[in-house]
Amino acid sequence: MSVLPLDAADDVSTEPVPPTQRRRGLPAALRRPGPVLALGWLLLVVLLSFAAPLWRPYDVNDQDLAHRLAGPSGAHWLGTDPLGRDLLSRIFTAGAQPLLSAALTVAVAFGIGIPLALIAAERGRRIEQIISRTTEILLALPSTIILLAVIGVIGVKTYLVMAVLGVLISAAVYRVMLGVAQSVRQRLYIDAARVNGLGSLRVNVVHVLPAMATVIAVQAAQLFGIAILINAGLAFLGFGPSEPQPSWGTMIQDGSGHVYDAPWLLVPTGVVLALTVVAANVVADALAGRGPRQRSAARRSATSAPVRVVDGTPADPRNVLEVRGLTVSVDGGSALVSDVSFAVQPGRVLGLVGESGCGKTMTARSLLGLLPDGVSVSGGEILWQGRDLVGLSEKQANAVRGREIAMISQEPMVALDPMFSIAYQLIQPIRRFRDVGRGEAEEIAGRLLRQVGIVDADRVLKSYPHQLSGGMAQRVAIALALTGQPELLVADEPTTALDVTVQAEILSLLRALVRDTGLSVVIVSHDLGVVADICDDVVVMYAGQVVESGRTAPVLDDAAHPYTMALLGANPHVPDGEPMPTRLASIPGTVPAPGSWPTGCRFAGRCQFTQDRCTVPFPALPAHEDGSVLCVRVHEIHDAGVSWHAEPVGAETVVGVDHALSTGSTAASLPTQTSGVSS
Amino acid sequence: MTQTLPTGSAVAIPSALEIRDLVVRYGRGRKARNATPAVDRVSLDIAPGETVGLVGESGSGKSTIGKAVLGLQPPTAGTVRLHGTDITQTSLKQRTKLAADLRVVFQDPYSSLNPARTIGQTLVEPLRLLGVGGAEAMQRARKALESVGLPADAADRFPSQFSGGQRQRIAIARALVCDPKVVVLDEPVSALDLSTQAQVLNLLADLRDRSDLAFLFIAHDLGVVRFLAQRVVVLYRGQVMESGPVDAVTLRPRHPYTVALTAAAPVPRPAEQAARRQAREALGVGTAGAASPAPTGCPFVPRCPLATDVCVAERPPLRLVAESLTACHHAEQVPAL
Repeated sequence: MSVLPLDAADDVSTEPVPPTQRRRGLPAALRRPGPVLALGWLLLVVLLSFAAPLWRPYDVNDQDLAHRLAGPSGAHWLGTDPLGRDLLSRIFTAGAQPLLSAALTVAVAFGIGIPLALIAAERGRRIEQIISRTTEILLALPSTIILLAVIGVIGVKTYLVMAVLGVLISAAVYRVMLGVAQSVRQRLYIDAARVNGLGSLRVNVVHVLPAMATVIAVQAAQLFGIAILINAGLAFLGFGPSEPQPSWGTMIQDGSGHVYDAPWLLVPTGVVLALTVVAANVVADALAGRGPRQRSAARRSATSAPVRVVDGTPADPRNVLEVRGLTVSVDGGSALVSDVSFAVQPGRVLGLVGESGCGKTMTARSLLGLLPDGVSVSGGEILWQGRDLVGLSEKQANAVRGREIAMISQEPMVALDPMFSIAYQLIQPIRRFRDVGRGEAEEIAGRLLRQVGIVDADRVLKSYPHQLSGGMAQRVAIALALTGQPELLVADEPTTALDVTVQAEILSLLRALVRDTGLSVVIVSHDLGVVADICDDVVVMYAGQVVESGRTAPVLDDAAHPYTMALLGANPHVPDGEPMPTRLASIPGTVPAPGSWPTGCRFAGRCQFTQDRCTVPFPALPAHEDGSVLCVRVHEIHDAGVSWHAEPVGAETVVGVDHALSTGSTAASLPTQTSGVSS
Repeated sequence: MTQTLPTGSAVAIPSALEIRDLVVRYGRGRKARNATPAVDRVSLDIAPGETVGLVGESGSGKSTIGKAVLGLQPPTAGTVRLHGTDITQTSLKQRTKLAADLRVVFQDPYSSLNPARTIGQTLVEPLRLLGVGGAEAMQRARKALESVGLPADAADRFPSQFSGGQRQRIAIARALVCDPKVVVLDEPVSALDLSTQAQVLNLLADLRDRSDLAFLFIAHDLGVVRFLAQRVVVLYRGQVMESGPVDAVTLRPRHPYTVALTAAAPVPRPAEQAARRQAREALGVGTAGAASPAPTGCPFVPRCPLATDVCVAERPPLRLVAESLTACHHAEQVPAL
């Protein structure tokens, strides 16, 4: 960790790109053909309109009476109006006014809406309610009538009218911005700035507003389009610039009067107006990331996957699930999981452990065919009761999911729909999976809840997800997973989000289910304590591959792979009666990102025992009864009787000390050649 | 809970941080008065250079205490003193000077750094507010980065270029940059992977040993607390259940809740864990969130295997049992659990 991986591509998925990176050139969101065209059109209209006096071929009032209501010609590119005036000149001379007044509307709406939203988000509930109620009154007013009333009082002063429109719209802007500002204020860096003693104004300007920039841009673009339409509408009704001054609204009105004798008249102005409004909306959509997307890659691969013929005989007839050489990749990209093999027997629990980014969740999800879009199984087999699950159609996979293999996730609330009662959510799948009537399904639902240790099942059945505690919700999620009477339960970090006493209860429940029903479980966890508690077998994963596997007791009690040793040494729960070490074992650096895995041992860059030969590929060796270990030096390390050593006191505060290079007392006895590889 | 915790020799010098009978209620008006307080008469002291662990499960009020100390959540009653100065009612606005002495590291290393600002800008912010000049502030920011094991040129980069563990180092550097006296560590390692968690814990231990920094270390994992803290305070539903030297509380707990908490933490040794599991299941501790406790008595009553009538009727005061202070009427029977 002390050496900064300059090209570290980890956490790519967890963080949005900072705005500073977007600032260079055009934002990425706008770099697609649609938005580029839209932006180009808007720029063109702005340029042509404001520069109209410099380039227009005719003055706006030049009449060519010989060519009244003419179509496009060499002399008049867009034709002429009923008085023989050049349309091209008039359209763009008229353009400056709607563009400017729409910008004014946007400025007024945001100038009022954003400060109000920032104040409301900062000052707490009472102030927020006062502001919100006031804006609701504004929202309730019929804006068209108010605008007409304003015109009645002050006359046709377009800019003033459009500013009033901005005031009316500011209420809607406020409501959107309030939600954004409130969510930004939840971020911890706002709290950190406040603890720094930063004043309220500076917190808002420096930290809150930049985080709202995208939403502001989206709203502004959308509002700009609307304001142009309203401006044209007012002019159409006669509340715009008066003749002979050109305006889009009056020109469209002119056109509508000649729909039968000169239909062309309507086209040029209408097209310019429509394109401008559409362009503003396309830009808004692009900024919001709502543009048309490519067809989901996962669906593509699912439909085109070839029918595979494999030898479905499991290596061991007792294996209910056998994963062989499983490789999961980003479509057309790098592998996320490579050549993973393991087997599960009925009534046994297998643990997949490792740090985040090691592929354990991807492995688990591939068992259910639930990989994210753009990720798919690119090699290997998943033999479920002798049948290969890889390449099943969506319909075939659906027949397996829930009925034969079920899943529970880290966040139990994800599995539960907040809109429906627990009873409803349990009874629906019970009826579907078990083909029973409503009454019987209700009975089964109650029985399932009691089976997962819920004493007052009747009360829980009537309640809604938000009324349940985290532990109770996870029990309900397990009951939900059991509705299809599955034979395999895939549990992705089922206790990570829970308190430690609740975790112990859920683990006891899972153990009882395995014992009583013969259920098999694949559990994903980062906690070796959880693995020690519940798993019969364990698979340790690192950078997408299995580094060590076998029965849980020998793997954890007598770890052979340096990575497993390091994970055990990093655990602060020391055995009873032993003193707490002064420093914990840790691993320098980070897990290499998919696509940048080294050849040979993928852990070599961070390992305390690395030698030159670790960089050459080598096969896994048998270990721990049915298991394996993937380390070329495993026998030497074992014979030397060394383990992963903790770092020396003070090492963490020194820059650039590579912990893999520092020689601790325990590893000194083992010859290491770390010069070849270092992180 | 009027008695104070024994501070030993630290009595003569003012505590780095002193919390007395702190009460925090969320909300306003009648609704708040009727609700169970998030923090209920909590007292604790941290001597200069000492690390005190604050342990409890979700809803125990441990983070609320941290927020009250930092001024992010106004306390309903009680006092908070920083080196003898009462800061209970000092608003965030008035804390600019104070901000140098009292710093914080948050749990989530992703949302605690502004993604749009460079690390240098983030670290310099508190110094500039204290009136430190631009060049000197940047100099100190670079030194702070080096003191947490990061290269000084990290100051020119953005948070997205760092891993979770590195970000947490940056957050620690932000806390250290103005030489604070007390740092509130609000679950600083809970969001990290095991090996990264060990690195950050080692770093915090290095910092603890090197200076007279006082840490208020908020955590939910007793093993992590035992590694870093010298003393520990165990909270349940906003009240102190037990407090004392870390080894006494974690190895020889005197409160049934502490027993349940230690027994539930899984260890990565299958045989030992199997024995611990059996011992835990034999304890007879009730399911979490079973029923709400009576407001008059001990909050742990609905789950406690030792609960009797007196526990429902009367809230047990903190009293010294063996080495630690315990709020339990039946603390003497606990070792038999």
